[in-house]
Amino acid sequence: MRAVITVVGKDTVGILSRVSAECAAHKINVEEVTQSILRDMFAMIMMVDIEQSDIPFTEFADNLESIGKDMHLSIHAMHEDLFNAMHTI
Amino acid sequence: MLNAHDILETIQMIEEENLDVRTITMGISLLDCCHSDIDVTCQKIYDKITRYAKDLVKTGEQIEREYGIPIINKRISVTPIAMILASCENRDAVKIAVTLEKAALACGVNFLGGFSALVQKGFGPGDRELIEAIPEALAVTEHICSSVNIGSTKTGINMDAVKLMGQTVRRAAELTADKGCIGPAKLVVFCNAPEDNPFMAGAFHGAGEPDCVINVGVSGPGVVRAALAKAGDCDLTAVADLIKKTAFKITRMGQLVATEASRRLGVPFGIVDLSLAPTPAVGDSVAYILEEMGLECCGCHGTTAALALLNDAVKKGGVMASSHVGGLSGAFIPVTEDAGMIEASRCGGLTIQKLEAMTAVCSVGLDMINIPGDTPAEVISAIIADEAAIGMVNSKTTAVRVIPAIGMNVGDELSFGGLLGGGPVMPLSTYSPAKFINRGGRIPAPMQSLKN
Repeated sequence: MRAVITVVGKDTVGILSRVSAECAAHKINVEEVTQSILRDMFAMIMMVDIEQSDIPFTEFADNLESIGKDMHLSIHAMHEDLFNAMHTI
Repeated sequence: MLNAHDILETIQMIEEENLDVRTITMGISLLDCCHSDIDVTCQKIYDKITRYAKDLVKTGEQIEREYGIPIINKRISVTPIAMILASCENRDAVKIAVTLEKAALACGVNFLGGFSALVQKGFGPGDRELIEAIPEALAVTEHICSSVNIGSTKTGINMDAVKLMGQTVRRAAELTADKGCIGPAKLVVFCNAPEDNPFMAGAFHGAGEPDCVINVGVSGPGVVRAALAKAGDCDLTAVADLIKKTAFKITRMGQLVATEASRRLGVPFGIVDLSLAPTPAVGDSVAYILEEMGLECCGCHGTTAALALLNDAVKKGGVMASSHVGGLSGAFIPVTEDAGMIEASRCGGLTIQKLEAMTAVCSVGLDMINIPGDTPAEVISAIIADEAAIGMVNSKTTAVRVIPAIGMNVGDELSFGGLLGGGPVMPLSTYSPAKFINRGGRIPAPMQSLKN
């Protein structure tokens, strides 16, 4: 199963490293990363494989959310199916 | 392949535009709970509901967290209780309502619908007893919703039932006067009631439905409004197209949640209800969509046309996104639940006459309207009759959910809180339809040809 992690907020040092460290800590493989700066807002999207994850997905999502709060960013981890359903026919 | 724009669009819809799944509703048949002893019936009802729906709320919350989609309500609808009541020797309907309340609390759902009777052609055993018990049942319970179907395109309108329902709505308000007249906010009078509607207060589990089923109601007026705002100045063809595309995305999300909930609960998937259901939250308003289209105030001339476009485009976009569509499917216009409608009715821009015209092209009817506390029962009956006539002639569902604000007059504010919102008491015609209503009988079913 794959999930999408999105990080939106003001650009700051260490975003990628904090989020990928959390992934690595739970055997979650990062498959793809795209990032862009929209005006001065930072937007990063990560596709991750959570098949081998050692914690339930909801717990992982909560962890990321609290990292987000820490860094004043909005971080979401959501099941890939949601985006596929909404944006493909 | 997913692209960054699509992903961020979804996040923005959820975060900023109030995109959500409004309700997962489990429909449960209670037909096998019939027994001549009402105590046995109640026990069977409690056991069956709590057995089938024990994981409903938990599963809903799990899906909500995994997919990151807010699922606002988890609800239950049951077989119209009048059908069950018919089997009992002692037809104490309030006893069943109290049992349903206990079952709703045990399952943790926020509403349970189906304290209902279908009397479009006449009263069967149990129907009158149930209707007479509605005011008390709504006063002694908190989570139970009631609905009565009094007409249909095939049968015409049962005017005896219309008369009775005017009295019932009034009585329900009187019995809950100390609780902000909440009773009638949980009571819907239908014409052409759908049997698979997941939305309250009108949800019930029709007799033609399977034993248990999952129906999902989507929402998202905020998303549609935001899409229109971004589009800027375009013609109405482009507006309709944009609404269709947005409705498609919203409905796909509902379909995903519905199939996932049905798989996890081991219950067949019924339908997705393609609705734009507003909430009092700012930005989550159907009136604002109409105003975004170019109306100065919802309720001005042009509102009916704008609403017709919106309602049709929502259906067209949603139909392709879901394998089974049903319920009410369209734009709702509940006054007290919609920030834009509340404002429009406060400033006098929106009147009950215009709302009645709007119901001819939207998905439901006169919904959540506060009316003066001294409104006679016959006037409420006449409102019901007018609305039922629109539904009957146009082969569509219409409904009335008006709240007589006991002790209040035009312009006073009555508030319910939560999703039910609140708003001003709206003026009605003060001329009397009493003689017409007291005639009783039935309005015959309309012609289905020679349509002009």
